[in-house]
Amino acid sequence: MSTIFDYEFMRNAFYACTVVGIVAGAVGYFLVLRGQTFAGHALAHVGFPGATGAGLVGLSPFFGLTVFTVIAGIGIGLLGERAHRDVAIGIVLTLSLGLGLLFLHFYTAFASQATNVLFGNVLGINLRTVIVLAVLAVAILVALVLIARPLLFASLQPELAEARGVPINLVSTLFMVLVAFTTSEAVQIVGVLLVFALMVAPAATALRLTQGVLAGLAVSMVLAVTIAWISLSLAYLTDWPTSFWITALGTSAYLVSGIAQRSMARRQAADGRS
Amino acid sequence: MNAIEFAKVTLTYGGRRVLSDVSFSIPQGAFVGLLGANGAGKTTMLRAILGLIKPAGGAISVLDKPPTRGNADIGYMPQARRALAQTGISGLDFVLIAAGGHRWGWPVASATEKEAAWKALEAVGASDLARRPLTELSGGERQRILIAQALIGDPKLLLLDEPLISLDAAHQRTIIDLVHEIGERLGIAVLFCSHEINPLLRAVDRVLYLGNGKAAIGSVDEVINGPVLSELYGTSINVVRVAGRIFVMADDVELEGEAHVHDL
Repeated sequence: MSTIFDYEFMRNAFYACTVVGIVAGAVGYFLVLRGQTFAGHALAHVGFPGATGAGLVGLSPFFGLTVFTVIAGIGIGLLGERAHRDVAIGIVLTLSLGLGLLFLHFYTAFASQATNVLFGNVLGINLRTVIVLAVLAVAILVALVLIARPLLFASLQPELAEARGVPINLVSTLFMVLVAFTTSEAVQIVGVLLVFALMVAPAATALRLTQGVLAGLAVSMVLAVTIAWISLSLAYLTDWPTSFWITALGTSAYLVSGIAQRSMARRQAADGRS
Repeated sequence: MNAIEFAKVTLTYGGRRVLSDVSFSIPQGAFVGLLGANGAGKTTMLRAILGLIKPAGGAISVLDKPPTRGNADIGYMPQARRALAQTGISGLDFVLIAAGGHRWGWPVASATEKEAAWKALEAVGASDLARRPLTELSGGERQRILIAQALIGDPKLLLLDEPLISLDAAHQRTIIDLVHEIGERLGIAVLFCSHEINPLLRAVDRVLYLGNGKAAIGSVDEVINGPVLSELYGTSINVVRVAGRIFVMADDVELEGEAHVHDL
């Protein structure tokens, strides 16, 4: 009897989803906690011309994507509060997609890969890419552990952290760099346009369901990996795109957690009254 | 010793002059209400005392030293953020992030940090709230946790930015009494920022009133009267006292807009 794991591309896809799910879940948790989810979304878009531009000059799209997202991450980090402007982010986002389109226009041979960059192609990941993703993931997680304490302080009480001497600009810039690397990892699975599904949906769900940072981080990571695994299996069974399933499951998890949260609150209110 | 001393201090915020040539001193142990309309420069003044912004002129001295960023002798409670109310983390964890948040690394609290956090929570009478998530706490309970966080590090001066915001009258009174009691017990000066006078009337030793780039300091009676406030606001001000409450009026419009009639 043949199983899903008989195929090498399926095994690689599961490896990649595990690696990226863990990182996206962890970094996404802090992203949601800091209220910077839109910045994460924007970073991915800025990566698009990076990927197509790299293709144009004969470099690996993953490399171009990462360089662009990291530069944008540093930019957002340095701008600080000033970067939190919907209009400015929206315009940069649109320009990025426009530039990406322009590069595609000059390099039509790359056009077939454009869909992969935009929507992801987890079934096309080879073992070498899995290894690159894993090494990068370990580096991201180590760095996150190193900055976690001041990051948490700066995220929850920025004014107090600043007064206590925490270098909050440095901390937030370092964090945005980690977000940038994580974004390029997530793009390999779900593509530039759907990064939210893997980085934000599981983390936001975890924040609703948990108390305490460690529990929240754990649930976020487990949820991201689980969603990716189930999505791969569903994609195998239905032949529908994996990215679609990830967005569908991410959205469902978020909605269900909202309902759960509300009924918990109602029960508590009822307990309080009795 | 003076807890805070301003000598001809000028502060700017975003290119705008917020305070010009302001001088006053607050002795150690005093409970001072920092008053003034929104935008009068209360937060800017606190940030200058914390060493986060440099004065454009004059000299500030905090506990007989120039202000320095990261001064562990100052306990600071910033204005509450709405996002905090949505955080599922517990009061204890929240206080703990301030106990060791300036160090790098993974947030696992040391025994000393836990001890400091419990001590601070006890000082505000919030030990029994500590394990509950912030989301489940009432506004007044959450303010207690924030004050506990400010007490981390055994400060010799307490700066509180609008602790009364969005609290009802009863909770406002509890918070003021609590802060007053803490200040007296520790023998430290408290600068209590508020845009409402009335809840503070019973507790403060003196008020520091900001307006129009100027400041007036003294007892409630010395500062909150027609002539002094007219000078501060740069317009004719009437101060009306009714049943132990103070109303500050300009052309019959009440300036202390937040004053609630149900506040007895």
